[in-house]
Amino acid sequence: MNKPLEDILVIDLSQFLSGPSASLKLADLGARVIKIERPKTGDISRHMYISDVQMNGASSVFHAINRNKESYIADLKRPQDVAKILELIKKADIVMHNFRPGVMERLGLDYTTIQAIHPNVIYGEISGYGTEGPWKNKPGQDLLLQALTGMCYLSGNADMAPVAMGISLVDIATGGHLVQGLLASLIRRGVTGKGALVQVSMLESACDLQFESITCYLNDGHQLPERTLQNNANAYLGAPYGIYKTKDGYLAIAMTAVNKLGELINCQKLINYTDPAGWFTYREQIKAILGAHLSTESTHHWLAILEPADIWCAQVQSWRELLADISLKETIKTQRVVMQDGYSFETTRCPILINGQPMLSEKGTPTLGQDNEHIDDTLLADLIKEKSVNH
Amino acid sequence: MAPLENLIVLEFCQYMSGPSAGMRMADLGATVIKIERPGTGEGGRQLAIRNLFAGNNSVLFHTINRNKLSYSANLKDPSDLIKIKKLIEKADVLIHNFRPGVMEKLELGFRDCARINPKLIYGEISGYGKEGKWQAKPGQDLLLQSISGLTWLSGNKNDPPVPFGLSIADYMCGTHLVQGILAALIARSKTGKGALIEVNLLSSLIDFQFEVITTHLNDSGKLPDRALKGNAHAYLSAPYGIYATSDGHLAMAMEDLKYLAAALELPQIIPLAEDGFTHRDQIMAAIASALASASTRHWLSIFEPADIWCAEVQNYDQFTSHPGYLAMNLEQSITLADGQQLKTTRCPIRIDGHIFRSSKPGPEVGADNRQLEQTLL
Repeated sequence: MNKPLEDILVIDLSQFLSGPSASLKLADLGARVIKIERPKTGDISRHMYISDVQMNGASSVFHAINRNKESYIADLKRPQDVAKILELIKKADIVMHNFRPGVMERLGLDYTTIQAIHPNVIYGEISGYGTEGPWKNKPGQDLLLQALTGMCYLSGNADMAPVAMGISLVDIATGGHLVQGLLASLIRRGVTGKGALVQVSMLESACDLQFESITCYLNDGHQLPERTLQNNANAYLGAPYGIYKTKDGYLAIAMTAVNKLGELINCQKLINYTDPAGWFTYREQIKAILGAHLSTESTHHWLAILEPADIWCAQVQSWRELLADISLKETIKTQRVVMQDGYSFETTRCPILINGQPMLSEKGTPTLGQDNEHIDDTLLADLIKEKSVNH
Repeated sequence: MAPLENLIVLEFCQYMSGPSAGMRMADLGATVIKIERPGTGEGGRQLAIRNLFAGNNSVLFHTINRNKLSYSANLKDPSDLIKIKKLIEKADVLIHNFRPGVMEKLELGFRDCARINPKLIYGEISGYGKEGKWQAKPGQDLLLQSISGLTWLSGNKNDPPVPFGLSIADYMCGTHLVQGILAALIARSKTGKGALIEVNLLSSLIDFQFEVITTHLNDSGKLPDRALKGNAHAYLSAPYGIYATSDGHLAMAMEDLKYLAAALELPQIIPLAEDGFTHRDQIMAAIASALASASTRHWLSIFEPADIWCAEVQNYDQFTSHPGYLAMNLEQSITLADGQQLKTTRCPIRIDGHIFRSSKPGPEVGADNRQLEQTLL
């Protein structure tokens, strides 16, 4: 077996990022993923453009998230289409969605209904804020979750307004948790034969993402995180932890003994900070001294001193510098995928290696409904034959 | 039944990336045994945030290592190594996050372990893969953020690089390790064979940025362009961002600029709205000046009924006392040996409506040696 999920069939009714990022991981690990999309528009993110990049008629985001999947159009308001989806689900190992609470019930595709016809299915659902409480009907959108959960007070310096994290990290974490729950349930099914309902929410995942800082807050008498005035990288860590401007760029320094650092860079004022407890208490002063000192020389100058001494530091890079680093050629490797119409593009690949093998697939992004005919002829052949006999 | 009940995981890990993977498997029902050096145990026990300790260990250690067992062993002592190999015989999963080569030197590399237990799923985390000039460098979260380009996505246009204020590389890599291990366990139930699962912090951060790096790979290599003020995503057009109000801040996601032009009486943004990305800074500045004139509550009372995607920017006081937080039972208590209670977050995954909780704290070093020797050995 080359990929671990090779014989697993996933029916994915989700759109945007949280759900589809989960089914992308399942696909990369070998599962067959059929994306169910509404007629005409399909998944809204097909046309959710970021900047102005358009690739073969769809947004770059859609391609990044939905490569390696099939697309099947169904109008879930038409009973005959719902019948087809139910038939597909009967053959599936996993069914998943990220509709707001109540929508799947109205469509007759909720877990209770599905479980009655397919007791050992693994049914995954993502919500914004869970199934209880006053937020349950609020849109589950990444930035809103960052805002509500306190996350915007962790990044940036103390004198900055709240700073959002510039990646849809709550979506991605939630998708990651859904994959964990689905796979764990498949393991259990292997033992007990039973299906499962797996529920995750962006709210719970946002708390898990902040498990370190929220736990600190809950046990330190509810002190709010305090970002440092300069060079903040983690509101909870002492100096020198942060990013520092040099003469020609930026240098990141992680946990390091301040006095030892002072000796290495020949900064007398820092050598005096010998008490580790003071590295947190006096972090503003230490960062100010260090920042002034590091700004006098180039990043390479400092790296040449600090790296041989095993100080935890690194140059701050852009993607250009990262992707041009030939010493990391295996780790940074991308992959090229091809759509059915021949359009090909370069994208990132699954970060998991199994038995030394990367989990690659050339399968590109599906155009809307490209697999209807094939799926009707194969997975749905019996249903469609039965229908024509009845007519 | 918890889904991973009956599975035994040996965790040769320290700090966060590996232990966070062990934590999730423990949450889901596995028996997770930390293998630690006698006396001091793993380094994370002494790594505190805000100098916060509970007993002998940092609160951070309990946060990441709740619900685990500890077996202490000196891996350089042949008699201890024999016991460890016995444990490996009984285990389903082994994970480690030592620098490349360390486990091999101890004769506990994948090949050694596969000989002892051919059904073992062996997971390993490295910083940068097994190559390159950084191979011997520590896989430390901030360094990975800095190397991977991530720090150019947050903050405003004229800000220096702004790192994410949480350990996102560690977190994502731990998530990926669990995914790989669980997938391999599913395959094992069919093939009977073990597997080697490798992840590294750098690949995990590249994957974390998959949308924007894919864009970069297909837009002639442009670099991210953060908004001048209120930036929340370098690649999304106005109004996406955070805005000051008269008494706080409001986050606003993708929205119809025509609606906002009418609601905020900003006719001047209508001609700019045709291309919300190019004119992003101008549009955001106009919206910012309008929103600054009234309170967050005021704007929410107008926008929420209109289904505009916005939210108040809350701090932890506001968040953890909100009925929306309380309704979801997001906390759990863990009880230390001396009876002290710590509050922490819980597993974000619910199965069959069940919330997974455990009151078991992070273990003391070697707390379970005797019990494990009586049962497994």
